[in-house]
Amino acid sequence: MQIFLNEKAFSVEEGETTFAIRDNVKPDADIVVLNGFIIKEDTSLKEGDKMTLIKRGETPTNDELEGLLVARHTPGVHEKVKKATVGIAGLGGLGSNIAISLARIGIGKLILIDFDVVEPSNLNRQQYFVKHIGMLKTEALREILRDINPFVKVETRNVYLDGSNIEESFKEVDIIVEAFDNPKCKAELVNTVLHKLPEKPIVAASGMAGYFSNNMIATKKIKDKFYLVGDGISEAKPGCGLMAPRVAIAANHQANTVLRLIVGEEEV
Amino acid sequence: MIVNGKEKNLPQGTTVLALLKELGLNQDTVVVEVNLEIIDKSKYQEVQLDQRDNIEIVGFIGGG
Repeated sequence: MQIFLNEKAFSVEEGETTFAIRDNVKPDADIVVLNGFIIKEDTSLKEGDKMTLIKRGETPTNDELEGLLVARHTPGVHEKVKKATVGIAGLGGLGSNIAISLARIGIGKLILIDFDVVEPSNLNRQQYFVKHIGMLKTEALREILRDINPFVKVETRNVYLDGSNIEESFKEVDIIVEAFDNPKCKAELVNTVLHKLPEKPIVAASGMAGYFSNNMIATKKIKDKFYLVGDGISEAKPGCGLMAPRVAIAANHQANTVLRLIVGEEEV
Repeated sequence: MIVNGKEKNLPQGTTVLALLKELGLNQDTVVVEVNLEIIDKSKYQEVQLDQRDNIEIVGFIGGG
């Protein structure tokens, strides 16, 4: 009969037990999960059971992680996601969240661009840790992504993006994400991409400060390849700061738009 | 002319820059499209608008 072992189809004899499989396949596993529950006693396996063997703290191999992603995404989706290269401009509240979501779904390659270092004030919404304070955001995020999914290819550039280097920085990506804080930088990136890289989709954001309603944040298709996320009105300013929940809502609107574009869903 | 879906009456030959001023928008934080064509920022002062033009302006605000 067939079961799923660590997310992959696996043939076992009728009457085979969980611990017998563990002793055979991965004797050093200290956790046996059967259909979502940790088990302490040996159990007979049934057709279609899902069994996971874990050794605490061990990094899964590329094959194991791949198997997990294929199982979770359906193979056709995973193939497309794995082939995609996404460029993220700005690694603050938006960019750090977007990069993490894309790494979790097994994106092929990320090009991360920011010139800034992690400051204590960033920790209210950006995905960095106290230990990253003072570190370049590109390097800190590379470290975080490695801990989540070590098989994502990550390229970093510590540059200030402007009209002179935008085209060069994004020429090899499939999709561009605008994740800046400054409205002039946002407009310059979007204008430059629409002009010089008109074949590349760009997913930008505007308006996500404060704790206004979740449901004001929307994704709009402005033009053929230009998507805009946000409420369009909640500007970050004294008295209306950026906060983790709403920034992450906008960031994940952007990340999901990227995913939808990768699988060929071009409408919002 | 039509600006962001709404009819607006401005003198023939109004430049993009003049329209942005009229709307109280900063030329550094917008994307301007006239009849589906993105206008380069360096041309905001040159490009003159016609009564039949359809103009879309996307303004960006800070935060990210």
